[in-house]
Order: sequence, then structure tokens, then C-alpha cells
Amino acid sequence: MKKVIFRHSTSRQLLLSVAFLLTFTLSGFSQAQAAQDATAQAEPEQEAAAADTGGSDLGDPAAGKELFNSLCAACHKPYSNSIGPALHGVTDRRDMDWIHEWVKNSAALIASGDAQANEIYNEWGQTAMPAFPQLSNGDIDNILAYVEQPKPEPQAAAGSAGGEAGAAGGSGGVSTDVILGILVFVLAMLLLVLFLVNKTLRTFADASGIVIPEKPKRKPIYKAFVENQFLVLVSSIIVLLAVGYFAYGFLMQVGVDKGYQPIQPIHYSHRIHAGDNQIECKYCHSSARTSKHSGIPSLNVCMNCHKAIAEVAPETATEEYSKEFYDKEIAKLYDATGWDPATRTYSGEEKPVKWVRIHNLPDFAYFNHSQHVSVAGIECQKCHGPIQEMEIVYQDAPLTMGWCINCHRETNIRIEGNEYYEKIHEELSKKYGVEELTAAQMGGLECGKCHY
Amino acid sequence: MSSNKKYWKSVEELNENSSVVETLQQKEFAEEIPVEDFLGDKESLGDSKTSRRDFLKYVGFSTAAASLAACEGPVVKSIPYVVQPERIVPGIANYYASTIADGFDFASVLVKTREGRPIKIENNDLSKFKGGVNARVNASVLSLYDTKRVKRPMIEGRNVSWEEFDREVSSALDNASGEIVLLTQTFASPSTSKLIQEFSSKYGNVRHVVYDTVSEDAALNAFQSKYGRRALPNYDFSKVKTVVSVGADFLADWHGGGFDAAFAKTRIPKNGKMSRHIQFESNMSLTGANADKRVPLKPSQQKAVMAALRGYIAGGSSTSDLPSNIDDAVVKAASQLRKAGSGAVVVSGVPDQEVQSWVLEINEALGSRVMDTSNARVIRQGNASEVAQLVKDMNNGSVGALLIAGLNPVHTLPNGDEFVEGLKQVETVVDFTTRTDETSKLSKYVAATPHYLESWGDIQFSEKSFSLMQPTIRPLFDTRQFQDTLLKWSGNNASYYEYIKETWSAGLGDRNWSEVLHDGVFEASSPVALPASNNSSSSSISFNMDELEGEGYELTLYTNTAIGDGQQANNPWLQEMPDPLTRASWDNYVTVSKADAEELGLENENVANGGLNGSYVNLTVGDTVVKSVPVYIMPGQAKGSVGLALGYGRKAGVQEEMQTGVNAYPLYKNFSSVQKVKIEKVAGVHEFACVQLHNTLMGRGDIIKETSLEVFNTKDAHVWNSTPEVSLDHQETPVTSPEVDIWESFDRTTGPHFNLSIDLNACTGCGACVIACHSENNVPVVGKDEVRKSRDMHWLRIDRYFSSEDTFTNDLEKKENIGGLGSSLSEFGELEEPADNPQVVFQPVMCQHCNHAPCETVCPVAATSHGRQGQNQMIYNRCVGTRYCANNCPYKVRRFNWFNYAQNDEFDYHLNNDLGRMVLNPDVTVRSRGVMEKCSMCIQKTQKTILDAKREGRTIKDGEFHTACSAACDKGAMVFGDVNDKESKILEKKNDDRMYHLLEYVGTKPNVMYQTKVRNTTEA
Repeated sequence: MKKVIFRHSTSRQLLLSVAFLLTFTLSGFSQAQAAQDATAQAEPEQEAAAADTGGSDLGDPAAGKELFNSLCAACHKPYSNSIGPALHGVTDRRDMDWIHEWVKNSAALIASGDAQANEIYNEWGQTAMPAFPQLSNGDIDNILAYVEQPKPEPQAAAGSAGGEAGAAGGSGGVSTDVILGILVFVLAMLLLVLFLVNKTLRTFADASGIVIPEKPKRKPIYKAFVENQFLVLVSSIIVLLAVGYFAYGFLMQVGVDKGYQPIQPIHYSHRIHAGDNQIECKYCHSSARTSKHSGIPSLNVCMNCHKAIAEVAPETATEEYSKEFYDKEIAKLYDATGWDPATRTYSGEEKPVKWVRIHNLPDFAYFNHSQHVSVAGIECQKCHGPIQEMEIVYQDAPLTMGWCINCHRETNIRIEGNEYYEKIHEELSKKYGVEELTAAQMGGLECGKCHY
Repeated sequence: MSSNKKYWKSVEELNENSSVVETLQQKEFAEEIPVEDFLGDKESLGDSKTSRRDFLKYVGFSTAAASLAACEGPVVKSIPYVVQPERIVPGIANYYASTIADGFDFASVLVKTREGRPIKIENNDLSKFKGGVNARVNASVLSLYDTKRVKRPMIEGRNVSWEEFDREVSSALDNASGEIVLLTQTFASPSTSKLIQEFSSKYGNVRHVVYDTVSEDAALNAFQSKYGRRALPNYDFSKVKTVVSVGADFLADWHGGGFDAAFAKTRIPKNGKMSRHIQFESNMSLTGANADKRVPLKPSQQKAVMAALRGYIAGGSSTSDLPSNIDDAVVKAASQLRKAGSGAVVVSGVPDQEVQSWVLEINEALGSRVMDTSNARVIRQGNASEVAQLVKDMNNGSVGALLIAGLNPVHTLPNGDEFVEGLKQVETVVDFTTRTDETSKLSKYVAATPHYLESWGDIQFSEKSFSLMQPTIRPLFDTRQFQDTLLKWSGNNASYYEYIKETWSAGLGDRNWSEVLHDGVFEASSPVALPASNNSSSSSISFNMDELEGEGYELTLYTNTAIGDGQQANNPWLQEMPDPLTRASWDNYVTVSKADAEELGLENENVANGGLNGSYVNLTVGDTVVKSVPVYIMPGQAKGSVGLALGYGRKAGVQEEMQTGVNAYPLYKNFSSVQKVKIEKVAGVHEFACVQLHNTLMGRGDIIKETSLEVFNTKDAHVWNSTPEVSLDHQETPVTSPEVDIWESFDRTTGPHFNLSIDLNACTGCGACVIACHSENNVPVVGKDEVRKSRDMHWLRIDRYFSSEDTFTNDLEKKENIGGLGSSLSEFGELEEPADNPQVVFQPVMCQHCNHAPCETVCPVAATSHGRQGQNQMIYNRCVGTRYCANNCPYKVRRFNWFNYAQNDEFDYHLNNDLGRMVLNPDVTVRSRGVMEKCSMCIQKTQKTILDAKREGRTIKDGEFHTACSAACDKGAMVFGDVNDKESKILEKKNDDRMYHLLEYVGTKPNVMYQTKVRNTTEA
């Protein structure tokens, strides 16, 4: 059964309103909490900065880091083997002059018959390292300074980050409980006070001999109500209307899965990829440009980058998800593709991933991504929501027919530079007397355009 | 003029008082909903243990359960590739050129694949050799997903691995005590020929026997004795001015088929000229139905006609003992042939070597450019006498091992019993087969072979035309090609793919392999010599037409459009496809003439629901009896002759629902299609699934318009193609004029406006469009019982109308047919009998996409509406199934889903298994129960073309738009396009004088138009 976390049911609406009241009364508390959170976030950054010491006797590690990331990172990692060997400790293994020569032109060094050079060339599958004649010896030293820094202790850093995250989450939970408790206590106290005051007053009255006059017996309110036909009529109409309203609301949300946020077999974070790293959507969802399907990228697309990225940077970790967590998810990818990061080979054993489909259109509705993405040039976010902020993707749009139709009514056709539209636009704009045409005016509301 | 002619679909309609016809004219749905069936009678209801209260409980519970279940949607999993092949983009179709060569159908095709699954077969326009992409070829994609295929190699019914299989068979072959014989279909493949030679040289004592299930032996022998090569003459029918066919069904499967496309183009009158086609035949064939002049005669007379033609044209005796009316027709035919000069051709299907050599002789004498003997066809190689010899040798015990490839001889050999006896004498029998059939059940070793869509191959159509076969899907089962196996057994480690490449390494000229593979076809000369046949003249089998003399009826065996030689009998699309002429599906039957039927006391009767019932007969040829053959009374069947289709009656490896018809192969004695037969009526009534009376057009006329070439050339269009008129203010006004129109019209001048033109002259009724529509639009198969109840789901039907010549006033035919100085009054009378030699018109009818559609106005929920592009759109998810639209449709083209046809055990066809559903087109919804459906004018295809243009930012050229039917029609009978494009071919068709709309006077303004049929009745 599908888990839908967000539904417009009546009970949920009630809960929401209670929650709203609570938030209103307790806004003070939460503000204080937010300040606390901010300080917690700042901490790991400081720690990372602190780690940038050591190895500085070779050169400037900060300048080296920049050079390393732009030139070397495609093939090398400081602490583990990648396409090329791990660079940490290279100054112990090799002579500095040799390193300078190798980096500037490795091919020449190999050709000269240098034993070390040939050995390393053959060991790494005769993959030639490109020449970097633009680097000065100083630049190379800076890079070496960066890679020779002692390996940061991810264990401790991540552990503390994780711990803090847990604590932060926990404190949030406690605070609401406390607030609720206090509220209940206050209400109970008020009731008690009221009761006590009443009791005391009665005691006083008894003591001073005042007889409280009995109220004349009134008709019970329900009888009065039943006898008042007008009131019965009006209220039953109101009740009927209300029932109708809610029933309609309930029925209309059946099958509308806005907010559907299933748990996927691999925790793939769009926030990291599309948000932090700013990878263009269509880089991975390439078929959205040409096909009706946006296409769930096949795992070989993931491996284009993840061959080199076996772990996330410590700063990628959040309060909720630790670095270990993300690294484990990357390991799942390796498992599915049969990639062994140690030997850097594929075992050939593939395990296809069974993703849970989030956006499900019924079979009788035809939707073509390329029409919207390539022809109309619509941003992915228009229908899929702030995907670059989603840690776990959810369905942002209701995907109902009314939603489609509304957009077709409001959206203008993108005709610039499209020869196909030239004549049609000319004729239609004359007919409707407008310069811009909506999709609806182009026939985008015809039933058969989407249902066949 | 055309309105003076009476058209009828069935003999029943000629009966003035038929209540059945009356009912069908008045009602769209002939039967009431069978409430009694599911509620039963009172007694059985009383006996039922389910009380009313129980019933209510169940209803309550199930409603509650259903509504609860509806709240939560199912979880849908998406599983992408781990490593996506570069060329596969989900949602985009890939096309591959390949070739079908199953021994009966040979054609270069384009295969459409989606997400790696072949889903549709289309024409390869690059192919110069037009091997017909007919209904069977179109349907062959479904045979790929046949559940009854052989899934892995077997030894004595035990599943084994290929290693074990190779080991066992190799040792059996090494120790074979006697000859090793390869009995194969016609492969027409240079590489395979070369491979068989290599295999022969390895084992030494190997004989290769080629066997065609439906034999062209006589023609092959005649050609061989004249030209020294075993082949069939090729015919270029695009050059035809006059063709005389004596018993040759050349628009269907004659000589391997595929002549129809070229011929149909000569049928469209151009500059006042069109080809003339005279047919002498006994069965009413597809070819005869399209002829300008058809002379029905018995098979024995056909030889006489050929002899007379030869006499008149090539010299020799110029007298014949034919009846004078036939002789007259022959004389006229001969004079027209002579007049046509090099554009004349004579073809014949008479299974007699002498007659076939006359054909070559006559055509040479005519100087015919149509016949081409230099580029002869090699797609039939079978040698009947060698097959007969093999059966004898098997029974002698001189055959040590028999390797059968691509054949089912136990079922298809006329002497199948002898063959079965012979099989017992052969130690090692290996059957290479894709299907479990009668032969594989009796074979010790069964080698599972792949379907052609999973195989490699090189095919030689004719001496100069070649084509490549390439796989379009990874083999679904553990199968291995015959050729790969043979390579292995010859000790060659190469794959067949490498082997083909090597064969052609020098033969492609200036083209490279990838280019040729992309195109699928190429011209070359074969690097491998044609396998020479050893004995042709000393043929142990010779059929002499003189054997037909004497008492009894003359039987002509034929292959019908749907089933052909019967290889694809387990294909539900083909089983349900109505025969173009009889309009019966799911059956074969003996066709008899009305006169003979009366004589024998045979009956056809239409029962109240429109279903057709027929008598049974036993057919006896020699000492072989085929029992309980249903009888179909066929207008146009020559008196004294009967016809029966081959290919039916298969039992092994065929699903129970599709074990239809009777096996006619036992009657195919000496591989001759004509036989002397005794007919004996037996008890019982056969229920046909015949759609001929279904969906009649409410008795309204003005459906077919036809005229003669003479009238067409000399008179104004309004004489032979008049627009109906109505009275407006006491003035006759054409219905097409806006003043009489009560509708407010859409503005359709912007963007594309689709029209479809159907040329009744070029349409041969072949049915390729029907199957193409099935595969494009996921049309379900409903089964024989449902078809009988008029519940067939075909979106596109091909109506067949008969018309009697004598009701055509000014009809020249009548006089000329009788001819012979009116010598015999009896013949005159015969020809007046409407059902004796009717003229035939085929008319494909699908939704007419009326601009003023009557269906749209009656739909209470607006489930059918009109698009600006001219398509009448049917919205399934909106339809509530009132069926008002179908009742209000004047063209009877709407189809109602009485049941769920997908995933329903009651309809156990391809939609009910995972394998069969792989053929579904993912762009078209599979309809569910209770909704109406109909032709959508392939809106998914037009939308795709538009989107491609938009994405590439260009305008659309004429010829880019296609529907499935127009793309499948290689005859050019269906033209589809945008009438707002001033340059388009469709606009030309729309402005043509021959253009008319179906039931124009109803004022529906359809977007489908027809072109008036013109017959070339010019005699002499």
C-alpha cells in the first residue's frame, strides 16, 4: 500500500488547526530553538578549517587544494586509489625532482626509460597521465603540501555531527511535549481554581444564610430546538451542505497523491545533486528532451561520476543524515552495478534497482516530457516543485486533469525560432486578435490530445 | 448511374422476405443483452443456495471493499537498465530492417521496436523487390510471442542443454547407418546453401531435399527445362497493359506473392488509361474478384483455355472444344493481348508442367516486357519428386539420419501417413522447429530454433535482389538457429553472423556491410551458385490435367489470405481476420456454387442473430476421405468445381481455441492443387463466424460508386459521380453546399486537417491494413463465438460487395459474356442468376471522422468529441457505455467492449499472457469493459509526427503523416495527409473527379473519402 504522508482529510485539518494554535502561542519558544540550531550547524565548518594544517612545510596547502581540485581530482584522490594512485605519502615514496619531472611530462619520462616511471605506468594499466607543463615547481609543491596533510579523522567528526543532530532533534521533541504538558497543567489549574472558588462561595452563602433562588425550570434546549421548525430547517440545510462539502472534498482527493513520498531502495538526494552540486536535471534525465519519458537514469549514468566519488565530503552530511549514511548509499550503487572500488573493476554481476515510481499518471492519460521540456521550454520545477531542495522526492503537483488544463489555459506557446509555429501563429493570432497564444488556443484542451 | 446497380453482401440479401436482413437493417445490436443467461430461470434461481439476503451482504461487502481499495493506489515499481544500451531511449521507437523468409512468405520489412521489444512490422520502402508485406507478414510479430513455441532443445521429450544435444546428435550422425538427408524449407539464402555444401562435404553421404509445403513444382520444372535454372519467372506488373490469368491468384500467394503492389498502381486510371485484367478461374479468388472480366470455369477447362490461347498467340492449332461462350472470351482475350504488345502478359496457376511451359512460350511470343526471366525468382525451390523419393527411401530403410528444418511434413505432406511410417525406419530424426508441431512430436531430437525476428540471415529473392535478416530482440528462449547448429556440427566455430559477413566480404561492391544492414536490401549477384537440382525432366511426379476427366466435382485447393500455408495457425490475429471474399473467420470450408449446392441439397442459412449456418460434407479424393467439411455457398464459384483452403486443421502445438477447420493437405495428392473429388452430404449444422451481414449500413444505398472506363473517359463527372441533392426552397441544391447545412462548422483552416482517401480501384482487399491496425492500436481478439454474435472488434473492416451484372442498365458485360451468337439460352439464363458470376468491390470502412458527426451529438457524457485536426476523438475514460453513438452512426464503425478482453481467462489469446502482451503498443490505451472504441485515425502517430517537427523546429512535409493502414498499404490505395497543405497528394485526391463520400446525402461531411471504382470493360 502506498504511503501518503499528506492528505486533506478532515481529521488532518483539525489537527492542523490545533497545531496552528499551539505554534501561535509558543512562537517565542521556537525562536530560541532556531538560534540554537544555527550554532550547531556552524561547528563542523570550523572543524574542517582546523584540519587544514600540517604538511605546510612543502608549500601552501590552501593554494594546493584549489589546484588539486581543478587539475588532479578527476583521476586522483589524496587518501585512496582512484584512476591513478593515492597521492598521500608520495613524497616519501619518490624523489621530489622525479615528481616534478613526472607531473610536467610523464610520457617523456617513460620514454626516457626511467625504471620507476615505467613500473608505475605498467602497474596502472598503461594509462598515461596527461602532461601539465603549465605547473611550476612551486605549484606542484603546493599540491603536494595539500595531499600530504594528515588524513582528517572522519570518524570523530561525523560522530560528533551525528550526535549533535540527534540531540537537536531530541530537544525539539522534548520542548513540544513540555509545552503541551505545561498547557494541560495550566488548564487543569484554572479548572481547579474555578471549582474551588465556586465551592468557597457556596460555603460562604450557606454560612451567611443566603438562599440562592432556584431558577425557574426552563424548557430543555433540544425541545425548544425541535419545536422551532424554522431553526430545524435552516440547521439541517447547513448540516447537509457541510456534509456535502466535506464529502466532495474527500472524494476529490481519492487518487490524488500530492505529497506522496515513498522510501526508495537507494537514498538518492536531489538536494545534493541538483541543489548543492547544481547538476542540470537533463544531464541525468536525458530522455526528457526527446522522449515521452523523463527516464529514471540507468545506473551507468550514475557511475560516470561515482566511479571517482566513492564517498561524500564531510560537509555534505546534515543533521539528519550522516556521512556514513550517504557513503553506505553509494556502496549500494556499487553493489547494484557490480563495481568493486578496491580493484576498480566491474564484476559483471548486476542487480537492477527497483525504484518506487512517484509520479503515476493513469494509463489513459498521455503525457510527453519532450513536448513540455524541449518544445515549450518549461522548467522541470514547474511541475516537480523545488526538486533541488528535496532530500527525498515527493509529488509536488496534484497531477489532476484540472491542474493540467489550468496550465494549458495560462501558458503561452513558445514560438520564437520555431518554424513549425510560424504560419499557425500568424493565422491564429489574427483570428483571436492577440499576439501571444495560449496552449489552449492551439488546441491544447482537446480531449484526444491526451487521451488515446 | 451507379445507383441503378444493386449491391449485396450475401446471398441472403437477395431473398426479399428475409427477416434476418430486416432485423440487421433495423438494429445495430441484433441481440438483446442476454439477461436470462446470467439470471437463469425461476427454477434454478429457487434451487440456488444463495439467498437474497446473502446476495445483499456480498454486494455490501464488495462495495465497501472496493471503495476502501480505491483510496490507496498501488505501488508502482520502475526498474531502469543497469547499463542502458546506447540506442535505446525509453519511449522512443527504433526501426530495424529485416527480412521474413519462412518458406512461404518472403519480404523485406521494417521492424518497429519499443524498449527492445518488436511491436510492429512495416513496409521497407527501400526494397525494390516487392515481396508482399501482406496480412500474414504484418501478423508475424505476434507469432514471436507465441506461448506454444519450443523453448529449449529436447531429446525424446526431455529438456537438455545444447552441449548435451550437440554431443548426442554428433555421435548419432557419425554413426549413421545410411544416408544423412536434410529436408528443408526453401531458405533462398546463399550462405545457407554454402553451409549445407560444407556440411555435406564433412559427412560425405548427405542429400539435401527442398520441400515447399505449397508447391510451385510445375512452374519450376517448366522454367528449369527451358532455361536450365531452377527458378520462377519474375513479373514486373507495373508494366502491364493487359493481363490474362488462367487460374493464377497473382494478387495473393501465386509464385511467392508480392505482385499486387505493382499491379494495383496500373489500376488507377491515368490519362484515360488503365490496365485490363481478364481472369479465367474456378474458385472466386482475390485476383478474380479484382478482375475487369472474370470467366468462371472448371479447372479441367483451364488447360483447354491455355491451349487455345497458345494456339491463338503462339501459333499451333487454333480450334478448341471449349463451350462457345468461353471460347469467345478466349478469342477476345487473345486479341487484346496482341494489341497490348509488350505490355501484355499471360500467367497461369495450373499445376501442370506442360501448361507452365506454354506460359513461358506465350509470353515470349507476345514479346512481353512484363515477364523477366533474366532476374528469376528463387524463393520457391521445392522439388516434389525428390520429396516423394525421400519418403520411399525412408520406408526402404536407406536413410540413416533425417534433419528436418522449418517444415512440418507429418501434417503437410499428402502422404503424411507414409512419412510417419518412414520416420520409424530412420534411426536419427532431428527436427529444427520454432513450434511444437506434429513432426516434432515424432522426432527424437528437437532443436529449438528462433523466430526470424531473433535470427540472422541473408535472403535471395531473385537472382539479383538480396536482403538481410537481423535480430531485433535477444532470443526469448534457449534457442539456436539452424545455421548456427549446422556450423557447429560441421566443425566450424564461427557464428552464423560472421559466416554471412564472410560470404559477402567481397560481394557488396562499393557498399559496406553496415550500410547494407541498415537498408536491409541490396542488389548484387550471388557469391554462391544456386543449388542445382538433379532430376527435373525424369520427374517421378507428374500431374496431368487429363486425370480430371470423368464424373465428379473438381476441387481446387488454395491458400487463403489469413492462414496461408498454416505456419501461423496459432496466431489469433490471423484466425480472427475475416476472409476478404467469404468474410468468414476462424474456419476453412468447401466453397460450392449455388447451382451445385441445390443439386447436392447443401444449405447456408442465416439464423436470427445474423450468424451463418452451413451443412457438412465429406470429401473423397481417391481413397482419402476428409470428413465433416462445412459448406459455404460462394457466389462466383464455377459450376462443377469446389474449393478448399489449405493450412487449417492443425492440432499439435496449437491452442485449443485455434484448432480450427479441417486439414486439406491429405487431398493435396501429388502436390497438385486440383483434384477430382466426390462430395457427400452428411448430417449436422456448422456454425460459421461470418461477418458478412454484420454492420449493414441500415439498408441505405449509395455506398459504392462505380463506372466503366468508357463512361469515365467520355462523360462528365456528375453523370457517374453525382453529388446528391436536396430540395431547398423548391430548388435542388447539392448537399455539400453550405446553405442546406444545419451545422455550424469548425474553422479548420489552421494547422493540419487530416483526410484519408481510399481508392476502390487500387484496393485489392488483401487485408494488410486490417492486421496493421490491430497491431498499432491494440485491438483485442474476441474469439469465434463472439464474432458470430457480431461482436468483432475490428476498427477497420473491408466490406465486400457483390453486384449482379444484369441490374446494371447499359451493361455491356452481359451481352459480351454470353456472346457466341446467343447460341445457348441456358447459359444466358445462368448468367442472369445473380450469384453465378457477380462483380466484386472491396471497400475498407473505418470511422469516417465526420466533421458533422452524428455520434457526437448523442453522447450524454461528451465522451466523443471533435478535434480541430479533423479527428473524431473517442475518450475511453469518459465513456459510460450507453452505446447511443453506435446506434446513431450511419457507417456502423463503432465497437463496444462487451467484456474485458485483456487478462481475462475467457479470452485466452495473446492479451491473457505476459508473453503475448509484449506486442502491445505502449502509446495506445488498452480498453476495458463497457466502453466504446473505434478508429482514432492513428492520432498517436499524427501527434508524434507533429511533435517531432515542433522539436526540430521545422514544417511538416507531405508524406510524413501516416496512419497504420495507409502505411501498410503498399498499393497506394490509402493516402493520408493534411488537406491544408496545398502541395499535398491528399488535396489532389480530394479534388479528384472520382472522389465521393460515403452516404454523402446524410450530410456528415466525412474526413474519409473514396475514389469511384472504374472498371476497364473495354472489349476488343
